[in-house]
Amino acid sequence: MKTFGGPVLFLDRSDINTDEIIPAKYLTEITKEDLKPYILEDLKLSGFDPKDDKTKNARVILSRANFGCGSSREHAPWVFEVNGITAVIAESFARIFRQNMFNCGMAAIELPKADLDLIFSHSGQSDAAISINIEAQTLTMSGGGNQKTFPFELSPFDKALILAGGWVDYADQKY
Amino acid sequence: MGKTTAEKIFDAHLVNEPFPDTKVLRLDAVLCHEITTPIAIDDLIRRDKDRVFDPTKIKAVIDHVTPSKDTKTATQAKILRDWARRHGIKDFFDIGANGVCHALFPERGFIRPGYTVIMGDSHTCTHGAFGAFAAGIGTTDLEVGILKGVCAFRQPKTIKFNVTGTLPKGVYAKDVILHIIGKIGVNGATDKVMEFHGSVVDAMTMESRMTLCNMAIEAGGTSGICQPDMTTVEYLWPFIECEFASKEAALADYSQWRADADAEYDQTIEIDVATLQPTITFNYKPDQVKTISEIAGTPVDQVYIGSCTNGRLEDLRIAAQILKGRKLAPNVRGILSPATPAIFKAAAKEGLIDIFMEAGFCVTNPTCGACLGMSNGVLADGEVCASTTNRNFMGRMGKGGMVHLMSPATAAATAIEGVIADPRKYL
Repeated sequence: MKTFGGPVLFLDRSDINTDEIIPAKYLTEITKEDLKPYILEDLKLSGFDPKDDKTKNARVILSRANFGCGSSREHAPWVFEVNGITAVIAESFARIFRQNMFNCGMAAIELPKADLDLIFSHSGQSDAAISINIEAQTLTMSGGGNQKTFPFELSPFDKALILAGGWVDYADQKY
Repeated sequence: MGKTTAEKIFDAHLVNEPFPDTKVLRLDAVLCHEITTPIAIDDLIRRDKDRVFDPTKIKAVIDHVTPSKDTKTATQAKILRDWARRHGIKDFFDIGANGVCHALFPERGFIRPGYTVIMGDSHTCTHGAFGAFAAGIGTTDLEVGILKGVCAFRQPKTIKFNVTGTLPKGVYAKDVILHIIGKIGVNGATDKVMEFHGSVVDAMTMESRMTLCNMAIEAGGTSGICQPDMTTVEYLWPFIECEFASKEAALADYSQWRADADAEYDQTIEIDVATLQPTITFNYKPDQVKTISEIAGTPVDQVYIGSCTNGRLEDLRIAAQILKGRKLAPNVRGILSPATPAIFKAAAKEGLIDIFMEAGFCVTNPTCGACLGMSNGVLADGEVCASTTNRNFMGRMGKGGMVHLMSPATAAATAIEGVIADPRKYL
């Protein structure tokens, strides 16, 4: 099973859409690996640069409401995956993006706004990191010598998909 | 307790419920295009599972970039084409017969009331206009759909929209749905079905109902759904006349999918259209809308009429009515992309294509092309497009470009004036 966690990329805005995550012009790539250089290319956000080390080293994305809205393109989770980001934590997700994450065996985790506010308050710390325990349904934020653990909800189906490594293997066994 | 349309369809298609609130449904139609399907095909081959659950229930089209513009898009088209041939998928539409998926597949009679439909395309919600449950999904769901004919969904809650009043002159389904999205927001219907009711929807053509349902996803909705009625039957009649003794018999059968009078809704929203004005988006989210009186005069560089939202014959007729005998403003370029070959042909026969060309429009073949900045009308940095499409995200039609979403009538008036303009003065 995949491990979830590591340095955090803070994207402090709601409604980050799939065109911002991976512009449509790159949907002509045939392999997931080819998407790699184009991660979040069209996202305009103060302090964010898709080409800098913060993006390159990130393993977890933290964002706000309605993350992944727009297109059905699974290229959005894929461009994260090939860049080593296998979990997104947000206040809420667009349905298709959320399902695509679980279908790929990755984690789309919803946290209440108050918890997110607290984690966002660490966004200035260079060692900000999050580790995620899927079985226990907890995530631990660390940074600046502090550490705090938050519980999260995960539907049994979504959890099963993560543990199975995605929907194709799961469905092939069951249907 | 009664049921909503989606609840009836879920119950009739339930394979099992592996976990509470997770329903695996049997699929009636799996729709495919060349952008999201090739990676599913490659993965199936890699897993040594290059099979399809039922070639008659799979429909495929090359529509996003067609004719292919480069080696990559030609390769995507080839993967889909070879796969369709290999598996005997008869309903495959290639150059000459291809058109925008959500206009082409309904036009061919593939979508029926009560169906479950998936496609690796967010605007699959369009097909709910027929009283179907139709949802956009990603490539992995598509892959499983192709292989097993099933898809998993959370049991969706339903919002009922009761659309009443009389549509004023110059106000159309596009204005209604933009108004609704503006009201409930871009995630106002996330994980929910948007079920459209009321005298305004009852009076709409199937084309207008498709426009309405097409943009459900822009409010986060899983599917838009209209109630099947005689309008649905009339539209489908050429395809179903061998199945039913009469239109009344078809209506009686399809009526089983209509929501019960005592169905329970998550929410009911009343929309009175009597005072609705032409409605247009500003900025970069589909819920950022203004009335024409608030936004008229905004300059544009390009006018685009087409797409799965508003590229159907009805849309072309409305725009042509305004453009007839008039010219594009000198600062504006106009592009018309009829959504399917049948629409293109009918528009030519009716003289609509002449009107667009006389006005100075470029008429392209049916394709999604410009709508998502792939081909046939991509914007330059800083350019603005008045568009009948469905998504105004930053850079959607080209990096650095801006899109104002509007009805075909408003787009036509805008083409004449070169700035966002009120269509009502031309009607």
